[in-house]
Amino acid sequence: MATNAIQWLDNRLGLSEIKKLADHKTVPVHSATRWYYFGGITLFLIGIQIVTGTLLLFYYRPTVAEGFDSVRFIMTRVEFGWLIRSIHSWSANLLIFVAFIHMFSVVFTHAYRPPRELTWASGIVLLGLMLGFGFSGYLLPWNQISYFATKVGTDVAGSVPLVGEAMARVLRGGDDVGAATLTRFFALHVMVLPMITAALVGMHVLLVQKNGMSTPPWIAADRVRHIKFFPNFFLRELMVWYGALAALGALAALFPWELGIKADPFASAPKGIRPEWYFLAQFYTLKLIPSRVWIFEGELLGIAGFGIGALAWALLPAWGVKRSGEVRQRLVTGAAIFVAAYLAVFTALGYFK
Amino acid sequence: MKPIAILIPILAAAVAAQQVAQPSKDACIECHTAMDGPIQQPALLIKDDIHMANGLSCADCHGGDRTSDDPTVAMSTAKGFIGAPKRTAIPQFCARCHASPDFMRRFRPQQRVDQFELYKTSVHGKKLAAGDENVATCIDCHSVHDIRAVKNPQAPVYPSRIPDTCGRCHADAGKMAKYGIPTNQLDQYHTSVHWAALQKGDLAAPNCASCHGNHGAKPPEVASVAAVCGNCHVLFAQNYDKSVHAPIFSAASGGGGCIVCHSNHGIQKPSTAMLAGAKAVCSGCHEPGTPGAKTAGQMAQWIDGLGDALKHSEAVLGEADKAGMEVSEAQVRLDDGRDDLVKARLAMHTFNPDEMHKPIEAGMAIADETLRAGQQALHEKNVRRVGLAISVFFIAVTVAALWFFIRRLEASGSGRLEPSN
Repeated sequence: MATNAIQWLDNRLGLSEIKKLADHKTVPVHSATRWYYFGGITLFLIGIQIVTGTLLLFYYRPTVAEGFDSVRFIMTRVEFGWLIRSIHSWSANLLIFVAFIHMFSVVFTHAYRPPRELTWASGIVLLGLMLGFGFSGYLLPWNQISYFATKVGTDVAGSVPLVGEAMARVLRGGDDVGAATLTRFFALHVMVLPMITAALVGMHVLLVQKNGMSTPPWIAADRVRHIKFFPNFFLRELMVWYGALAALGALAALFPWELGIKADPFASAPKGIRPEWYFLAQFYTLKLIPSRVWIFEGELLGIAGFGIGALAWALLPAWGVKRSGEVRQRLVTGAAIFVAAYLAVFTALGYFK
Repeated sequence: MKPIAILIPILAAAVAAQQVAQPSKDACIECHTAMDGPIQQPALLIKDDIHMANGLSCADCHGGDRTSDDPTVAMSTAKGFIGAPKRTAIPQFCARCHASPDFMRRFRPQQRVDQFELYKTSVHGKKLAAGDENVATCIDCHSVHDIRAVKNPQAPVYPSRIPDTCGRCHADAGKMAKYGIPTNQLDQYHTSVHWAALQKGDLAAPNCASCHGNHGAKPPEVASVAAVCGNCHVLFAQNYDKSVHAPIFSAASGGGGCIVCHSNHGIQKPSTAMLAGAKAVCSGCHEPGTPGAKTAGQMAQWIDGLGDALKHSEAVLGEADKAGMEVSEAQVRLDDGRDDLVKARLAMHTFNPDEMHKPIEAGMAIADETLRAGQQALHEKNVRRVGLAISVFFIAVTVAALWFFIRRLEASGSGRLEPSN
């Protein structure tokens, strides 16, 4: 009976082709193999976000009047609502952290080199999307901190030359953060960003499948041992996912995500208002830049700097690899150490100062 | 038309405007500044004077011709010079303008003009009319020649400075001796809750003038004490009026209204120690063991009981909040309980236990409800930790099982692909 059903599906979906593909996929085993797991953890956490986010949608109401109260209802009245909301918030932060580790591991092992330029580019866009998820989701509980942090965030977007003002207006749905901003951010968070992310994650995973796992340039690819992806590597990955799940459960149970107090647009901004940790490095840098640098406005110069830096980073496969195909290992590794150190130090400074 | 023909009237207008804007000559200030001794003082002080700031000068009060450098002309009676008024004439002197609505409207349309009329009804005004030159006149409170607006913090009549201004005379035993009135009011006031509030910057807190009046200042009589306090403590006064004590402490009975329990100038923060215990004010009339003393004791017990219950709930909720539990709804609800405590203290002034018991009962119900919410949150916290421990245990078992499964799988070489060369 079961065999007949599988046969029936195979005739229509080509399951045996997928099985053949899985049977053939292998993972190289070498000193940097452990970094492969971070891509998988990122994918796992995206899955956690989809599941918990969908559950939150059953009760969340995206209006200024009901947003905060509906989140409080989830946390106090809905069975395991506190767990779902806390896991969603913790997982969002962990996801961005793991995505950064994944990105730097790709740079340090030079996995961006041809033919994986598109895998790199799609990964960078996905990281940007994750930050977008973080920014839009932060406002949804409509509490005091998130309200004012969004004001600051959209103000920064508004100072981008030429398009900034229009961009800030589109984001806010008006001159200031309000009811229109909340519904826009909600639409972005649960519809626009997930659709783009789904397509890009599909493309990213497909490219990894197509090009196989990259081996660092200092390791001869044809001399390393491989293990089958299925089941050998997959079972190891499963162990790591279980570990991540336990960490998420512990964080949610021991440090439930705070709800804060309901946003009051007429109240004065809370002292020491700052964005989420993943924007702190940029936020602190902008704070350090003088209001005027030569003939340029300081903030504008900072934003332009970030824009140019991000573009250069996205174009890494173009300048990190010579025409001959040889990787500029020292240059790229040096740049990566600089960027990682900048992000770590400035995030810490932004947090503690 | 030639351009010059257009320019000439414009230039002429500019010159005329310049002349208007220039302050006109004031010989009074010029001459008196050049003098020595007390006669110089008015000229030095007047730069800070509100009259000067509004375009008035010495001559507007004292008469004379300020444009003349010749003292015989500037201070001639023909020019209306009246010099310094006698002390008994000061109120009328100021009232020439300050009692005139037409004149005052030019500067401040909403300025009151009844100060002189009120002054005449005051103890100060009556004594001055009777020839007593020691009592306060306008300049004793508002100063002279450097008079500032009431809202100016440097003015002696600025709310936070009024007690010291009144105290300059009323705390001076020498000055008050002939009137036979005490001089400890300022010292007592400095120990009071009203002064503490004023010190914190609450300008609405009562100063001397709030209870005694300013221009019509006089001591509130017994009959009006409750009304004076009730000016701010409205609901307390309404409850007190309904109480059994109101007729007993009334003027007809020789009582003192609110001050019987709370005193007057040195009002302290009230507490249940006023109702029961060694320092209870009730025990002055109600002997221990009498029904009145028992009722007072019961009231104190209710208030303390509700206060303690609310504090206990607050502590438990605080502990749950600190542990990351969401208890903000209960914390907001606790505010209703605090309101009930205030209502109970308010109802106490009816001295009717039945009236007071209603808010006590409501407050205790809220204290109980919020305490349960806090305890439930703390219990929930423990349940979560147990749940976490069980989940982590099962995850660990699964991970270990996977690990052994992988080892067994790979021991046979399954899935391991060695390099081809």
